[in-house]
Amino acid sequence: MDLFEHQAKELFAEYGIPVPRGIVAHTADDARAAAEQLTGRVVVKAQVKTGGRGKAGGVKVADDASDAHAKAKQILGMDIKGHTVHKVLIEEASQIAEEYYFSFLLDRANRTFLAICSAAGGMDIEEVAHTAPEKVAKVPVNPIEGVDLARAREIAQAGGLPEQSLDGAAALIEKLWAVFVDEDATLVEVNPMILSADGQVKALDGKVTLDENANFRQAEHASYVDKAAEDPLEARAKEKHLNYVKLDGTVGIIGNGAGLVMSTLDVVAYAGEAFPGQPKPANFLDIGGGASAEVMANGLEIILSDPSVKSVFVNVFGGITACDAVANGIVSAFQLLESRGEAVTHPLVVRLDGNNATLGRQILADAGLPRVELVDTMDDAAKRAAELAAVGA
Amino acid sequence: MAIWLTENSKIIVQGMTGGEGTKHTRRMLASGAKVVGGVNARKAGTVHEGLPVFGTVKEAMEQTGADVSVVFVPPAFTKDAVKEAIDAEIPLCVVITEGVPVHDTTEFWAYAGAKGNKTRIIGPNCPGIASPGASNAGIIPADITTPGRVGLVSKSGTLTYQLMYELRDFGFSTCVGIGGDPVIGTTHIDALQAFQDDPATEAIVMIGEIGGDAEERAAAYIEEHVTKPVVAYVAGFTAPEGKTMGHAGAIVSGSAGTAQAKKEALEKVGVRVGKTPSETARLMREIMQSR
Repeated sequence: MDLFEHQAKELFAEYGIPVPRGIVAHTADDARAAAEQLTGRVVVKAQVKTGGRGKAGGVKVADDASDAHAKAKQILGMDIKGHTVHKVLIEEASQIAEEYYFSFLLDRANRTFLAICSAAGGMDIEEVAHTAPEKVAKVPVNPIEGVDLARAREIAQAGGLPEQSLDGAAALIEKLWAVFVDEDATLVEVNPMILSADGQVKALDGKVTLDENANFRQAEHASYVDKAAEDPLEARAKEKHLNYVKLDGTVGIIGNGAGLVMSTLDVVAYAGEAFPGQPKPANFLDIGGGASAEVMANGLEIILSDPSVKSVFVNVFGGITACDAVANGIVSAFQLLESRGEAVTHPLVVRLDGNNATLGRQILADAGLPRVELVDTMDDAAKRAAELAAVGA
Repeated sequence: MAIWLTENSKIIVQGMTGGEGTKHTRRMLASGAKVVGGVNARKAGTVHEGLPVFGTVKEAMEQTGADVSVVFVPPAFTKDAVKEAIDAEIPLCVVITEGVPVHDTTEFWAYAGAKGNKTRIIGPNCPGIASPGASNAGIIPADITTPGRVGLVSKSGTLTYQLMYELRDFGFSTCVGIGGDPVIGTTHIDALQAFQDDPATEAIVMIGEIGGDAEERAAAYIEEHVTKPVVAYVAGFTAPEGKTMGHAGAIVSGSAGTAQAKKEALEKVGVRVGKTPSETARLMREIMQSR
């Protein structure tokens, strides 16, 4: 889960990392009030979970409160790489002497952590990393050893930071490591980390990605969930502990196992190319290895409440749960949905393979469920589901 | 023969007394795997599913001669369980648990390194390893395929089962599910190397998915070191950027980790890549029939 800049900075402040004073505003009037409170020049910053907002015009300096009102008016509602700006951060303007780059992140390839540090920070860091990689230090961090003040200073030195910034940067980096570890982050990035005119090293921006697998020990992270930006179907699925991602097609997908469902999305998209309107998957939904009738019913319910769904493809490989159990699950799911007053009216293509597949198919055939078609292979079933979505049946 | 897991492997289960541990211990036993005991500090000295429960991995190894551990403990305790297995120097530790924080995985991986890498770790968030007809450590259904001469390594559980099933008439030497997390113990490359060295394996199926660059690195390894035929499948061609598809590691970020890039890297070194799981099975079928 990614945090907004203001959330990242609030977190930084809790760990004693110097950040500029700032106030979040949802309207231009709030922005004016915030600027009045901060006094002097302020920066109006779009709060969106994407990079490149400076270049997109989402960050503007305002001379006074009425200017902050005007700038906030320009920025609120703006679209930055598909993200609508719903709030801005009003921050006291900093006197910047120098701009650096710093981050801690997970290095998947080397199965360790990495510190990245450069004296050439700011908006063009990606360009610098590309054209002058020697200016960007990448220092592996052993998770057992961690980063103390001395190590932090070495990293800052490796990044080419000047002597007068080293102590301040080291202190900041050490605290940033605490954020990274204690908050179960997979990324903490500060760009720019600045040396201010009065000689202080500060975090002028903040980007934090948190590991959702750690939610069981990070209870307070629940408050970071951006409910406004959450797809309503995804939110409902999450409440039912379903692994669901909304996509923009018309073929509803249910399968067991993340890899198989990903593969199902591909196979349906390929099959759809042959039909009018080129039907695509409407969602990702993994009901997991041991698909019970209730999980199947909950999954079907979510998918069928998506108005764009025209057909449904249930793609199950009977492994741990054999196909007869899955078939019984589908039959019970139909009954359960009917009893909830949500009888299935969409065409459903079912492919069962693996353990007890023949028995499973027999159970479905005998149940005589309306609008259910059994297809033997995944490829053929994908074709049929795409075809049914294309005719809009 | 097989890689890493043979008919002589003696398996203990960490977390055997829990729900999943109990269920899969039964399944492993039913498949003929030599499960010799379990580990649970609070239930040491008791008997569960007809097997002795030990207080520590070390004690279980001393008492039973176990050389494989399968970990089913909940995510909050997985790090300590794996570190305990590393301390006991068990040769193979298969971590089934899903939802382990990546800081914990990274830490126990570093810990294994600091202790001289005496323990091979598979997973976490994986279905385990099966050598059909010989042994089974984890949750891979034992009866969907037969013993044979194809080796399989995969990030995904159900896709593993799918390919095992489609190629059941040829059968498999060993199937390894390495898991879909961002940080994992055993990689595609480790398995490719072992299959290349295993005389009982004639050809290799490799299943990857979006996220990271493990498949690209595997391609580079194949070019240099693998002479046996390899057929691959990559899931997630149509996955949108920035959405996590079930596995924590399956996320396309920017230009990195796309299925297309992985396919191209593999094809460039002569690996045939199937467009669908069934086509992948067909490609392997052709190779095995021509041998």
